[in-house]
Amino acid sequence: MTSVIAAAWQIARKDLRVEARSRELIYTTIFFAFSCVLIFAFAFVREGQPIPNASAGILWITIAFSGTLALGRTFERERQSETLRALLLAPVERVAVYLGKLLALLVLLFAVEALIVPIIGLLFDAPLGRAPLLLLALLVSGTIGFGSVGTLFAAMLVRAQSRDVLLPVILYPIVVPVFIGGVQGTSAIFADEPALAMAQTWLAILIFFDAVFVTLALWTFGPVMTE
Amino acid sequence: MSSNSRFVPAALGLALVMFAAAPFVINTAPYESTMGLVQRIFYFHFPAAMSLFAAAFTCGIASLIYLRTRSARADQIAVAGAELAVVFGIIVLTTGPLWARKTWGIWWDWDAKLTSTLVMWLIFSSYLLLRRFGGPGSEMLSAAVGFFGMMLVPFVYVSVNFWRTLHPKTSVVPNLPAPMLVPALWCLTAFLLLFISLLLLRARLEASRSDLDRVALALED
Amino acid sequence: MMPDVAGDFTVVQVRDVTRHYGRRRALSRVSLECRAGSILGLLGPNGAGKSTLLGILSTLLRPTSGTVLYGERTAHEGGDGLRAAIGVLGHDLFLYADLTARENLTFFARLYGVADAGRITTALERAGLADRADDRVGAFSRGLRQRLGLERALIHQPRLVLLDEPFTGLDDDSTARLTARLASLREAGAIVVVATHDFETADGLVDRAACLANGRLVPVAEGRGRLRERYRAAIGSAVP
Repeated sequence: MTSVIAAAWQIARKDLRVEARSRELIYTTIFFAFSCVLIFAFAFVREGQPIPNASAGILWITIAFSGTLALGRTFERERQSETLRALLLAPVERVAVYLGKLLALLVLLFAVEALIVPIIGLLFDAPLGRAPLLLLALLVSGTIGFGSVGTLFAAMLVRAQSRDVLLPVILYPIVVPVFIGGVQGTSAIFADEPALAMAQTWLAILIFFDAVFVTLALWTFGPVMTE
Repeated sequence: MSSNSRFVPAALGLALVMFAAAPFVINTAPYESTMGLVQRIFYFHFPAAMSLFAAAFTCGIASLIYLRTRSARADQIAVAGAELAVVFGIIVLTTGPLWARKTWGIWWDWDAKLTSTLVMWLIFSSYLLLRRFGGPGSEMLSAAVGFFGMMLVPFVYVSVNFWRTLHPKTSVVPNLPAPMLVPALWCLTAFLLLFISLLLLRARLEASRSDLDRVALALED
Repeated sequence: MMPDVAGDFTVVQVRDVTRHYGRRRALSRVSLECRAGSILGLLGPNGAGKSTLLGILSTLLRPTSGTVLYGERTAHEGGDGLRAAIGVLGHDLFLYADLTARENLTFFARLYGVADAGRITTALERAGLADRADDRVGAFSRGLRQRLGLERALIHQPRLVLLDEPFTGLDDDSTARLTARLASLREAGAIVVVATHDFETADGLVDRAACLANGRLVPVAEGRGRLRERYRAAIGSAVP
């Protein structure tokens, strides 16, 4: 029996290898994210100028929507051939399965963000270089917050009906604090008069959210996955 | 169950009597200086909000118990709590904007309490949607949503509060002058009695449903 | 021959197991016993509850009431370690279409803690896939995937082997191979439970048959006569 971390790493590696083989998710998610940005840009640009702080909102909405798409798709893949069951049958602790899937999802989402953030910076003239580490920290902790609850819920729904529409329905209300924190923190950085201390406070809230909800998810994953 | 069956009608009856008397009790309170008559919505808005939180925590704790023990009773109480959270949420979310419209001229201003309430309402509505459309086995799934929803309450409150504040501060109740405190507590008691009796009734309905399933199955034998 | 896995698997007992979803009954008070070194057939039409019973035996499903004992332990007591001795071949084969045969086997072998190259190679040879070890599984035919799926299920030499409709879509040759493989498992002392609606194949393979109809066990007369006729007779008498 392998330890939890080792098993999680094996599962994450497998997911990343599957993704590297087909590259389905990375291509489709990036293009979807880009389309999101464009659609919102048309909504929020007036007379050739973006509305102030639209870029922060657009960034996080894009993360939400593409993240949901990626989540749904990655668990749909496990549904084919029922491989999620095979994972649950293995003599590894349930939390290893959760952590492995979460890790793989985070890698995918970070890759997408690495491309989308510069694009947004370009299209909306957002000052990415103003506080790059703080911005990075906000993105990382926000994505972890979204991903941790999302992975749990998406796994839960694998055997449920109406799973495509139910995932956003149950996920978005729970991750509202993550998006409030992410958007507010990012706009505090991008604002004409940047409020970096404010952004740091939001970062603290996000980190606290992550700590609490990753723990809750780890705790809940086992009971919820046994029928 | 027999003590239950006496408690519920008694509590319900008492609640209805208190509601009937409420307008008179409220009338004894003085008018609030700046807002006038409209402020009296507070006497229903505030208890409804408290009932919403009571329902949310009931659902959350019952969900937690269900997650650990799979007790059918816990699940029944969780469903009842979620439904009541949605109902009381609707009351809060309609009385709130009505009050805001009259007082500040706008239906909705993204202030901390109302927005938090909206998010909580969404969470428990999603709980009900999951149960309705998730197919068999959604009891466990919705328990996770209910539990997470309850744990979210402080986060939603802090983040929305930090974001905007227009609502009167939380400390309004202890600072209420005595003549206003009485009707506030009267209505709060009425609402909570209503909440508890409806919770028990609804949980019992759910228990009857699963009893019916059991009997239907036994009949096939 | 069989590795000494912690825990006793000389007998697996199903006691009064019921499983229902709301008003839909999947299994009703099923009791049976499986002994080491034997093959039990779970027979019955679609919807009879075979997959549900297998799910409960694999510990992924919990019975609504009743218990399953693995030796002296329940699934709860056995915990994660119990699953190390159980091998399952589901109807959907549990293979990642985007990975190669070798990668599939290696991944699962790692999860079971038995990832040595020799074992993987042996498994590939047994499945007749030595020359296609590095091809994507998605490109395989059903028969090939089924062979690989079986080896994946057996890679950790489980003491309890559960197979759900393994003969679906197989030609005669593959059926014979599978039958032989299962027989060798029996020789090695494992408990094998096969759920199928293919009475002919089951007839030549299983030591005992448990027949399910509408979630209930239907007693089928032992002894003479083909299994299908005996089942039909039992079903006929079970219908009110």
